[in-house]
Parts: sequence; structure tokens; C-alpha cells
Amino acid sequence: MPQPQTTPDPVDKIHSESFLRELMNRQLALSTGCALAFLVALLGLPLLNYFAPAIMAKRVGGFTLAWLILGVLFFPYVWAISFHFIRRSLALEVSEVEEARR
Amino acid sequence: MPTMTFPLLPLAQAATGVDPWILVFSLVTVAVTVWMGFRSAKTSKTAGDFFVAGRSVSVGWNASAISGEYLSAASFMGIAGMVMAIGYDALWYPVCYACGYLFLLLFIAGPLRRFGAYTIPDFAEGRYDSPLFRKIAVCFVLFIGFFYTMPQMKGAGTTLAYIFQTVDLRGGILEFFAPHDADGTALVGLAYWVGVAIVGAVITLNVALGGMKGITLVQAMQYWMKMFAISVPVFVLAAVFGGYGKNLSVNAASPAERAALVQNVEHPRLELPAKAPADEAWISPFGPLTTKAAKAAHLTHEETRPLSLLYTYSLIIALVCGTAGLPHILVRFYTNPDGVAAKRTTMWVMILIGVFYVFPPVIGVLGRNFMPELYNGVGAKGTDKIVLELPTLIRANYGVLGSVLSGIACAGAFAAFMSTFSGLLVSMTGALAHDVYGRMLRPDSTPEQRMKMFKFAAIGIGAVSVGLGCCVEPLEINFMVGQAFAIAAASYFPLLFMSVWWRGMTMKGAATGMLTGGVLALLAAALTNASNLALDKGPMGKLFAPFAPLNEFWSHHPLLRILCEQPAIWTVPLAIGLMIIVSKATARDVPKDIRMKMLVLHAPEALGLKNEYIQDHQAGAGH
Repeated sequence: MPQPQTTPDPVDKIHSESFLRELMNRQLALSTGCALAFLVALLGLPLLNYFAPAIMAKRVGGFTLAWLILGVLFFPYVWAISFHFIRRSLALEVSEVEEARR
Repeated sequence: MPTMTFPLLPLAQAATGVDPWILVFSLVTVAVTVWMGFRSAKTSKTAGDFFVAGRSVSVGWNASAISGEYLSAASFMGIAGMVMAIGYDALWYPVCYACGYLFLLLFIAGPLRRFGAYTIPDFAEGRYDSPLFRKIAVCFVLFIGFFYTMPQMKGAGTTLAYIFQTVDLRGGILEFFAPHDADGTALVGLAYWVGVAIVGAVITLNVALGGMKGITLVQAMQYWMKMFAISVPVFVLAAVFGGYGKNLSVNAASPAERAALVQNVEHPRLELPAKAPADEAWISPFGPLTTKAAKAAHLTHEETRPLSLLYTYSLIIALVCGTAGLPHILVRFYTNPDGVAAKRTTMWVMILIGVFYVFPPVIGVLGRNFMPELYNGVGAKGTDKIVLELPTLIRANYGVLGSVLSGIACAGAFAAFMSTFSGLLVSMTGALAHDVYGRMLRPDSTPEQRMKMFKFAAIGIGAVSVGLGCCVEPLEINFMVGQAFAIAAASYFPLLFMSVWWRGMTMKGAATGMLTGGVLALLAAALTNASNLALDKGPMGKLFAPFAPLNEFWSHHPLLRILCEQPAIWTVPLAIGLMIIVSKATARDVPKDIRMKMLVLHAPEALGLKNEYIQDHQAGAGH
């Protein structure tokens, strides 16, 4: 997309099209990966409830399986995803800065 | 209480039945909140102070503050009430309230923070260089805000009606403030609307006089208060009546299964009234919430199931996407010294709110087993007050401890609706005073005039909120908050998500999508509420009677009812679709410096691009 440059130096690496494209692609890939792990569980649970009600009604320590997953286990699962995302995205930023300054 | 010669003698006499513990805890909470608000308002005068002050606090305090602002009356009272009323399906609410934060973290929080926009209207203006778009975006602060304040007001009315349930105002000059039954006979207690009016007035006055800015320390304290007030009663009650799993196990699909699971012989559960949902519908997925429309249409079980699945998905979309579009939440990401701290803070927020959300459903489950009489109550006397009332059960064993625990729960409720209502009032008043008045109506107004306008706007918005709050007694707190999320999901979420990740967006595309999706979701939510209120047997039923035929229509079209009650499943894709189509059609209007904007949104802060962008911009604006 040939847009007029607002920054004075078009050869500057940081302001190049390829740098931005790679930056966004890498971030989006990480975010999408984490979102997929989350969405599979979030959108899969109603499907399990729908297609396998007998299994989801099984009792585990008084809870039904469906209740245990949604009411308790879901929270640690989300913590694990966000922990992973934060670690990876901080590492990503560090490598991006290194690359830009190289 | 000894009689005394006091101007408020009738009030003092009437109040003799009020539990002193509950009253003291509630009053102290109100007093401390108001006092802290004023104290911190003195030390930070401008919006800039507020943000800078936040930057000096640690990750722990800041995470508590964000969580404190997030947990409203819906989280504190509504979830427990809804789990008790409808069972399993209500669990989607706490899970999605917490998980919506993950979506925010993954796609929106980082870029927005780098961009340096404090509010969504700021971002809308900066991203598209369009003051006009800012004005359009501001409208939704008010739309979402009013939908969010209604349930807070119901929380206030319910709590005050609970605290003063034994006062007798009948026969005196104060009879006007007593609740009345359908025939107009005065009853014992305090009318729901009085609580709404009192709390609304106190907070409005406080905000108008300059207290209650979203000060980090106050909000952080409020989180720990709410956490304490929900967890301690749960632990004590569980010690007496048995744990979470044990109390769930008595809700079994068949008597045979129940016999196999019941171990709670000391405290057998009480008889459920006819109004309560049966065990199987309550504990299984796709229960009363998702099947209501289909039941009204007399569909068969097999016809009902796909509709229930659709309902569940639409609810999930509304809550997860809506969290990312709440106007008063994003602001908090700026109260961090840098991006790294912002991310650590978010991690802690997810843990703090996640831990909190485990507790309310436990109260709902215990409530079903041991306080089933609430199923017969409506409005302020219904299941929404279970969090407040359940602790009184242990009065039988431990006497005054029951009152103390109930007092703590009431204090938590006050913290919940006061913090959220004042936060919303500040953002809505700011939008009205600064954007609508200061930029649209009177762009040449002086700061003094704007300050004065801020006060008038606060009082105006407070009055409208109280008026709306008085109407919604028959509706569930949690359900109403869900609607605010649905509107946010169809308006701000598509705007933020698409603007951050797609450089081809134009102002016209963004505006078309946001307005169409958001306004349709708003209309759908308003229609649903009006038709629900038309079913009420009290005064609201009469007020909303013109909407009664809508229920007749919906009983023939259950699918339309579900799409109207939970609109996110079609409004969110519609908004995003319109954004893409209109942006493609107006591709010439893509901002000229879009690459620089995208770079600021996505490049690590260590590269220091934000300053560069702002300087560029100011230089550009100069000539």
C-alpha cells in the first residue's frame, strides 16, 4: 500500500513496511494461538453438554462433571493460558527491540 | 431502644427491629467510602493527577484496584441469586466475566496502552483523526452506562429493603415509604424505591461534590472488602452445613441417585416450593434460563435443545466480547508504570477475580438447599438477596455471629454497588460535561462553566439512574448486567478489535458497524426488558402493559425471542461485517499515516515510538 511517509527517514528499519508486517503477524499469531486454546474449551463445553449429557452428569465428589469443569476448573485453565501469553509476549517484545536496534 | 425526644421519633421507634450489627457494618462502609473518596479527591484534582498517581503504586495494589472496580453488584449479589434461581446455566456468567479479561489481554489491552489513549472515545478520535467520530463513540458510554447502572440500583434497593425489612412505617406519616401490596395496603419494611433513591442520592452528591474519583487505593480496598465479605460467610456456612460438592450432591436427577449421594444427615435440605425448578433442570446444562422461550411456545424436548445451545453461545459471545468493550475498565490499564507492569497486573487481576468468582455460586447452592422460601419472593424479596440473608441461618447455632456475618455481607454489597455506580457516574458525567457540552454544545465555554456543568450533569445522570433503577425491581441483577455486556460487545468490542488489527478500517466503516450493532443490541435489550416487566404483577406490570402483546408474539416465535434476549450472536458479526464492507467501499479515507499508527499500536514501548508519534502529530496540527 503506497502511503506517503510521515516520518523523515524512509530507509529506517523500524518504519519499514516489512518490520511492521512481521511485528503484527508475530503478535497476532501468539494471541490467536492462546485464544484458540481458550475458545476450544469455552465453545467445546456446551457441545459436550449437548452431545454427551450422560458423561457430563457423572458425579465427581458431589459435583456433576459439567459443574466441576465450569464452576471450578475453568479458572486455573484460563490462568495458565494468560501466564503463558504474558511470558511469551514479554519475550517477543525483547526480541523485537533487539532486532530493531541491530 | 429507649424513647427519646427527638425530631425523628417515629423513625427511631420504627427502626427498633433492625439488626444493629447489620446496620453498623453498612453505615461504616458507606461512611468510610465517602470519607476516603473525599480525602483522595483533595490530593488529586485533575484527570492527569489520577493517572499519574496510579503510576506510583505497585502491581499488587493496582491489580486489586482493577478487580475492585470490576466486581459490581452483579458479581457480588447477582451471581449467587441467579445460580440459586436457575442453576447450572448461570455459571456461564462468572466464568465469562473472568475469561473476558483474557480476550482483553490477548487482543486489545497491549496495543491500546501503547497508543496512549485513556478512554475509548480518545482512541476513536486518535485512530481516525476524527473529532466527529469521538462524538459518535461517546454516545455509547452513556448507553452502556445506563444499562450498567440499573442493576447496581437494584442491588442498592434490595440491600436496603433487606436491612430495614423489620421496620414498621405503617399508620404514621412515613407510611408512604413502606412497601405496598397489589391492593395498596402498606406492609412492614422499607419500599424498594426508597433504597434506590437514598443510595443514588448519596453517591450522586458525592460525585457532584468532587469525591469518589476512581482513586486506586479506594478501589483496591473495596476489592479486599468484597473478597472478605463473600469468602468468610462461605467458609463459615460450609463448616456448618457442609461443603460445595456435598450440597450439590443432594440436587440429583433421581431420588435413587440422591439416596446414593446424600451424606448430609445433620442438615437435610428443606422442601423446595412449587416455584423452584426441579433438581434435574436445575443441575443440568440447558435449564430454565435457556429453555424459557421454548417452554412458552410449548415446543417438544427435541425442538427445544438446539435453541438452548444457541442461547448459550449467544450469552458466551456477549459476556466474553463485552468485557473488552466496557468503558470504565480499559482506563485502568494506564495506571501502570510500563507495559511489563501492565501485563503482570493483568495476570494478577485474572487471579483475583477468578478466585472471587468461585464463591458466589456456593452461596447460590447453599441457598437452594437451606433458604428455599426465597423462590416465592419477587423483586427485592427474591433470590437476589440470598448473599445478604443466608448468613443469618447460623444464628440458630452461633447467635450473634449470624448477624455479624450478614452485616459483613451487607458491607460487601455496599462496596460493590457504590464503587461501580460511582465509577460509572464519573465516566458518564465526564462524557456529558466534557464531550457533549464542552465540545459539541459550547466549545467556547470556560473551565468554570465546564466544572459547573459537570455538577449539573452528575445530578442529571444520577436522577435518571434512580428513575430507571426504580423500574427494574422485577428483573434479575445479573441478567441486566449481561445486557450491558451485550451492548458493549456489539459496539465497542468490534471497534477496538478491528481498529487494532486491521489497517484498512476507515472512520465511516467503524462508525457504521458500531452504531448499527450497538443500537440494535440496545433495542433488543430494551424490548426484552419491557416485555418482561409487562409480566410483573406489581405497579411495573401496569406501567409496561402496552408491551404485553409482545409476549404473545414471542410465544409463537421462540427463536426470535432468544435472538432478542441474547442478541450478541447476530449483532457482533453484523457489526464486524458492516465495518469490513463499508471500509472497503470507502478505502480512500484510510488515515494517511496509518502505518505510523499501526507501528505505535504494535511496536514495543522500549522503542519509544509513542512520543515520536505525538510530536509528529502536534507538528502536523500546527500548520
